[in-house]
Amino acid sequence: MTHPSGGGTADAPGSPADAYGALADAYGALADAPGDYSEGGWVKSDRQRERERLRRRRDLRSSSVATVSTVVFVVLVVSVVTASPGWPRVKETFFDLGQFTGAFPDVLAGFLLNIKIFLIAEPLILVVGLLVALVRTLHAPVFFPLRALAVLYTDVFRGVPTILVIYLVGFGLPALEIQGVPSDLATLGVIALTLSYGAYVAEVFRAGIDSVHPSQRAAARSLGLTQGQAMRFVVLPQAVRRVVPPLLNDFVSLQKDTALVATIGPLEALRQAQIHAADTFNYTPYLVAALLFIALTIPMARFTDYLAARSQRRRGA
Amino acid sequence: MSGPRETEGRDVVLRVENVWKNYHGHHVLRGIDLSVDSHEVVCLIGASGSGKSTLLRCVNLLEFVDDGVIHLDGEEITDVRADPDDVRKRIGMVFQSYNLFPSMTVLGNITLAPRKVHGVGRARAEEEARELLERFGLADKAGAYPDRLSGGQQQRVAIIRALATRPRLLLLDEVTSALDPALVGEVLEIIRELKATGMTMVLATHEMGLARDIADKVCFLDGGVLLEQGPPEQIFTEPRLPRTREFLRRVLEARRV
Repeated sequence: MTHPSGGGTADAPGSPADAYGALADAYGALADAPGDYSEGGWVKSDRQRERERLRRRRDLRSSSVATVSTVVFVVLVVSVVTASPGWPRVKETFFDLGQFTGAFPDVLAGFLLNIKIFLIAEPLILVVGLLVALVRTLHAPVFFPLRALAVLYTDVFRGVPTILVIYLVGFGLPALEIQGVPSDLATLGVIALTLSYGAYVAEVFRAGIDSVHPSQRAAARSLGLTQGQAMRFVVLPQAVRRVVPPLLNDFVSLQKDTALVATIGPLEALRQAQIHAADTFNYTPYLVAALLFIALTIPMARFTDYLAARSQRRRGA
Repeated sequence: MSGPRETEGRDVVLRVENVWKNYHGHHVLRGIDLSVDSHEVVCLIGASGSGKSTLLRCVNLLEFVDDGVIHLDGEEITDVRADPDDVRKRIGMVFQSYNLFPSMTVLGNITLAPRKVHGVGRARAEEEARELLERFGLADKAGAYPDRLSGGQQQRVAIIRALATRPRLLLLDEVTSALDPALVGEVLEIIRELKATGMTMVLATHEMGLARDIADKVCFLDGGVLLEQGPPEQIFTEPRLPRTREFLRRVLEARRV
């Protein structure tokens, strides 16, 4: 390789030629006084101080540009919306403070049911998803019917829209009049959500299991572990760790889809908002419900981001 | 653990007879015959793709042979009724890419098989693992996770993991090929020590120095055929076949560059 400093590059601080010189100096210093290194007496060079000063100035400039452009953007959007001909009407029907405070207690009470549905459905979905994913990895011929059933289940419930599953379970299951089938609407909602989301989560788990390199399984089997032991002790722990971010993403989606249960009637947030809106022809209660859902999903979304970033960092380390 | 079988006064651990293996119509092994005695160290040499790794994987039943038989301690392990898990319990294997379990500590990696496969209690398994780590200079790494170890340390842990179940036979598949040249030495050190303790081993290796040093028998594989086998001094100084000579000449040339 030829020396990179040609006539074109001026010898500004930090240029390759300079770095070269610095390296030579460092070697020279090392040869002259080997003791200096081991004593750790590092004094920041003028060049490094200048570099850091420039870096700070650049960072300051980027953040001020970001602030200014954000302010300009927000002002632009707000002025376009408020200047629109229909704005007074929209403001009245969606942003009515009196309606907001009036509907808030009822919608919040309904929202507690959403949280309850979510908290019960979530562990059930994890169990169903994991079991279905594991069944699909069984290879023994005895398990063929189970395996076929698992494939059928994921195909069907991923294909049918969640709202349809809720209708079918909510109205169809009680209609069978079988002893022991729950008739409570929220419970039926939980069953429907579990069926629908279980299929998605099963695929997430399966992708995680497939992503573990076959050499890990080979190593486990070479130690005499059975297929089941290799899955339980070696493959699954790695797979689960990998799928945590996509699973949380599914749960953010589940949190808001609890509102779909409204279609079969239990008094959750959306239903309460509907009742208020029907009374007054004012849609502000929907805004209340929307804000409540956002208040729940945003922390979850940030947590997902955090976990994803952390696993990214770990893989890079 | 089953006892040794005597054949003509020798204690034969592994006998491979006329083994064939195909991948997608390509013959990777073509009628391999090989016998390994107790305490014997056999080195498989040959170019990449000559079938060394495949042969080891067939012995460990990670791959199933397409023809021929393999006996371990006189018992036919290629019998379709044989339990592969039971066979693997008696054979240790070390891989080129270490294949440590990243979700477990060093101690967890080593004690997994003794505890879950051989039913050894946790306390005893850990004690034995610590003894092994001590012996191979890794005592301070017991609680570390594999990604915090150097390649050489990882491979040493992988060897200890394979040893922890007291295998009858140890298979080493190019265990230094993924290592920084500066780290190869520490792994070779362990293998030499194992040889001194009388461990029966089959190694697939590109380290001709190691093969010359520790092998009782060197086998040259070429295109899935075991072309020539003999004691290292014969194979390395007066190979009978031109193919063997050619291979060794090329390896030595590459070394010089």
